[in-house]
Amino acid sequence: MTLTDIRPTVRRRIARLSSYTIALIIVVILAFIGDWPRMGRQFFNFEIMKKIFPSIVTIALRNTLIYTVIAFVIGTFFAIILALMKMSKGPAHWFAVGFIELFRGLPALLTIFGCAYMIPIAFNFHWPSIGGSQGVAAGLTGLILVTSAYNAEVIRSGIEAVPKGQREASRSLGMSHIETTVYVILPQGVRIVIPPLTNEFVMLLKDSALLFIAGATVKTRELTTFGRDGMTSNMNATPFVCAAILYLLVTIPLTYLVGRLEKKMAVKK
Amino acid sequence: MSPANPKLHERDTPDPSAPPIQVIGLHKHFGTNHVLKGIDLTVNKGEVVCVIGPSGSGKSTLLRSVNLLEWPTGGKVYIEGIDVQDPDVNLDYVRTRIGMVFQQFNLFPHMTALRNTTIAQEKVLGRSRAEAEQCGRDMLERVGLEDKIYAHPSQLSGGQQQRVAIARALAMNPDMMLFDEPTSALDPELVGEVLQVMRDLAQSGMTMMVVTHEMGFAREVGSRLIFMDDGVIVEEGLPRDVLANPQHPRTQAFLSKVL
Ligand SMILES: Nc1ncnc2c1ncn2[C@@H]1O[C@H](COP(=O)(O)OP(=O)(O)O)[C@@H](O)[C@H]1O
Ligand SMILES: [Mg+2]
Repeated sequence: MTLTDIRPTVRRRIARLSSYTIALIIVVILAFIGDWPRMGRQFFNFEIMKKIFPSIVTIALRNTLIYTVIAFVIGTFFAIILALMKMSKGPAHWFAVGFIELFRGLPALLTIFGCAYMIPIAFNFHWPSIGGSQGVAAGLTGLILVTSAYNAEVIRSGIEAVPKGQREASRSLGMSHIETTVYVILPQGVRIVIPPLTNEFVMLLKDSALLFIAGATVKTRELTTFGRDGMTSNMNATPFVCAAILYLLVTIPLTYLVGRLEKKMAVKK
Repeated sequence: MSPANPKLHERDTPDPSAPPIQVIGLHKHFGTNHVLKGIDLTVNKGEVVCVIGPSGSGKSTLLRSVNLLEWPTGGKVYIEGIDVQDPDVNLDYVRTRIGMVFQQFNLFPHMTALRNTTIAQEKVLGRSRAEAEQCGRDMLERVGLEDKIYAHPSQLSGGQQQRVAIARALAMNPDMMLFDEPTSALDPELVGEVLQVMRDLAQSGMTMMVVTHEMGFAREVGSRLIFMDDGVIVEEGLPRDVLANPQHPRTQAFLSKVL
């Protein structure tokens, strides 16, 4: 009997069981080889937890969410324009192609670094200070560039997934190219694009960790910067572990939501 | 005539004495694929012209060329006397004069049946919401769907969707209607309700061009039958003559296969 002979439900159960087993084995190995008293002191130090709570939530997590939402909203706005440009003909198309390839091809860390340190030098220019730091505006600009490039591709494929007949029906009623795009194509593209865009939101939330390179003040730190500062000032990794747990508390439910949305979309078709 | 239209220019004004559709020497290439090879066709007011022919013979392309969903690579298309390829002509306005019904219905799935019928009235003809809804309701009633006004396309049967599509086209108050195999995607038991709507429409004097495989409909409703093959009009005439007594061997071969 080969693997394909097994019923899909059974196969899925076996797959889930084996992944649980692997996780369990890793935990057991860690438990045997790990130095537990030392790990407790270094990673789950209760005294340090008391020091960093609640500001790790009220400042750091809050900033992470605010930065992610701002970069996502503005980035998606530009992404729609970029997607429409890429689907057009002429110079706008080539601008969009160049922009998208550039910022999808560069590591996000480099883009943020460039915004924070290279652009000010190259153009002799200062980012506006937000919360006492220029890093916020520079870093957010970097995130917006990256996100608009990624989301532009997601949105373009969503728009192209709308059946051709929709545009033809709309044009045959006398609606212009722009009216057709706005009232017929985009509303349908949005529905198609919601699950992959939620996915991009999760990626962006994790990429917001890269803002640490742009620099931040006490009030403008996001989770990773907060964790790193806490680690260096306390000589202890507990702040990092707490930051990691907070990331997972947000990303895992969102990833689960993406799965649910995708299933719902699949049923509708 | 339609209400005052801000987009309408004098040169777009239809000539009431001109035939609704006039196609002269029409050619269409897709790359190296020569699909229409010189089509000459005039459809007069109130005529119901049925087009039959084997798959791939260019029937859809001909229909789509009439409202310029496909741009001809040679020849002329006149709609109510207007040269639609003239770059100064407002093509969007010309298209409002031509209703089109597709094989796959192509209703807007994110809108109710009523909204499907009103969106273009508002955006293109500049009608108010109330005016557009009144007209949309009237048209949905005309196709027998007054109880499905707020249904979304996914909640309707194929036959109902196609009738909404007809109502959507009629709501623009067009002077002519193009049908591209309107019943080919339907389950057999739903074909009748759509053909009945089309029959009523023909009886009301609408100028129609219908690509169809429904020979019964063509015989009963058509004022003229055109047989197309390989990008040319092979034979045309009164439907009952062409169907009962085809002159051309290609017509005979085609009809012996489908009848
Ligand atoms: N958009 C297009 N691009 C390229 N070829 C096309 C396109 N539309 C139609 N064709 C080709 O034109 C020919 C005629 O197609 P069509 O007009 O749809 O025929 P029919 O409606 O009679 O079945 C076919 O060979 C088809 O492959
Ligand atoms: Mg066809």
